[in-house]
Amino acid sequence: MLGRAQSRPKLENKFSYNLLTMLEETKLKFVIVSIEDIQNEIIDEFSMFDDWEERYQYMIDLGKDLPLINDQYKTESNIIKGCQSKVWVHAEMTDDKIAFTADSDAIITKGIIAILIRVFSNQHPKNIIDADTDFIDKIGLKEHLSPTRANGLVSMVKQLKMYAIAYQTQLN
Amino acid sequence: MFNVQDIRKDFPILSRKVNGKPLAYFDNAATSQTPQQVIDAIVDYYSNYNANIHRGVHTLSQEATDLYEQARQKIQAHFNAKFSHEIILTSGATHSINLVANGFSSLLKKGDEVIVSALEHHSNIVPWQMLCERTGAILKVIPMNEEGELVMSSFDNLLSENTKLVFLNHISNALGTINPIEYIIEKAHEVGAAVLIDGAQACPHVKPDVQALDVDFYVASAHKMCGPTGVGMLYGKEAWLNKLPPYQGGGEMIAEVTFEKTTYADLPHKFEAGTPNIAGGIVFGAAIDYMNTIGFDAISTYENDLLNYATQKLLEIEGLKIYGTAKNKTSVISFNLENIHPYDVGTILDKLGIAVRTGHHCAQPIMDFYNIPGTVRASFSFYNTKEEIDTLVEGVKKAKMMLS
Repeated sequence: MLGRAQSRPKLENKFSYNLLTMLEETKLKFVIVSIEDIQNEIIDEFSMFDDWEERYQYMIDLGKDLPLINDQYKTESNIIKGCQSKVWVHAEMTDDKIAFTADSDAIITKGIIAILIRVFSNQHPKNIIDADTDFIDKIGLKEHLSPTRANGLVSMVKQLKMYAIAYQTQLN
Repeated sequence: MFNVQDIRKDFPILSRKVNGKPLAYFDNAATSQTPQQVIDAIVDYYSNYNANIHRGVHTLSQEATDLYEQARQKIQAHFNAKFSHEIILTSGATHSINLVANGFSSLLKKGDEVIVSALEHHSNIVPWQMLCERTGAILKVIPMNEEGELVMSSFDNLLSENTKLVFLNHISNALGTINPIEYIIEKAHEVGAAVLIDGAQACPHVKPDVQALDVDFYVASAHKMCGPTGVGMLYGKEAWLNKLPPYQGGGEMIAEVTFEKTTYADLPHKFEAGTPNIAGGIVFGAAIDYMNTIGFDAISTYENDLLNYATQKLLEIEGLKIYGTAKNKTSVISFNLENIHPYDVGTILDKLGIAVRTGHHCAQPIMDFYNIPGTVRASFSFYNTKEEIDTLVEGVKKAKMMLS
């Protein structure tokens, strides 16, 4: 999160207002750290770990640090189906960007959803819809991608994208 | 003479590695592993006998039919059924239960009562709920206590002349409790009710004698008894099986078909529509042979020893709680670490090569009773060792350390 806050003004300064206007179509790519950049950042972080234990300990820590979701959103309708643990996700759109908050009763699942939120939160719905999720494989969490996997990483990604599709429809 | 190291040599999968660690397989209550003798039986069937059965005049078909019917006789002998036609080969315990539940939908009427236990697997709840919805019968539940035992005094009170059916598992899949089925069968018969026992979890550990039990229906799955998936059996008393209508229509189950009327085949074929799982049935017989070679007395003595050892070792871990502490139980330990989700524990154990089950084990009512989302379940088989249990205990300690 810190990385994004630091790099944002730097990127904006790089380009003059005129240039940004000329590049209206691709503007978002410059003013917001792209999903791909965040994914690469995460891949870099995970590449520092030597074994599964360090990777999982990091995910557990991410899970513990995940900001708490407002209790009013921990409703039955916000539960993602297909997970063995309970996962709640809430989405809100401001200034054409979706902010996600989430929680889970299992800490590893919470770590996984924390990573997904870091990737997808504060992004334009279209970018969320278009994003691929190869990075999950690259950070050594491939085993969580199988559709039978009880933690439902696939269901989580699908749900975040569903929110994006819903908000994109509002924008159109 | 029971020697676990020799037995382990029969199971090729036990020597593989998982996540770089030697596999410690403790998910036996979900499915058992397959010995080489059973794998060989599959290969032998497809290499030498594969043909459709019961109708062919050619030699292969006759040989395959003989093998299939011999398997039925092996199953009959194993469960001590009176007749081989009382053994219906099905796709598994769930199929067997559905077959009976469906049959009873034409025998029950509004106001009839059926009794189920609080310890059931969803597969022994949902078909009966569906049956009650169709017929207007009332579903009643034998409650459980904190130890995970059924409360027999409540069962006595539930029984009445309206009771038509009682169904429960022989052994609980989630907690390992051995239910007092002898008592339940006797009491149910006193009011004229039929009893179905789900033996899916019992058959890997004990050898039920259906005649001694005087049970009306008993079901089992091959894949929990060192056999293949997709095959199981229904034992039913001849009189009951004659009374129940066929479950599915198709080939094999008919005597004569015209567009005006079809007459059904005799038992057991009346309930075996279509081409059955021929290889599965034959190999089910081979699996039963294998287990009997080891011997069920030796199996239960050894597994009890494992259970006691594991219970004692796991309870040494501070904050670990075992669910299901019935006096009479099999080698299943359902547990949780304080304030830690079972899914997290299962994930860490998996990274250590330890296979356990996590979740509600298809027995949500039990989890609701304890007010927990699920448990970690380690279920032991005769091919597990105390060294593997030490690995499990160390794994749980590590998971606790990482997750706290």
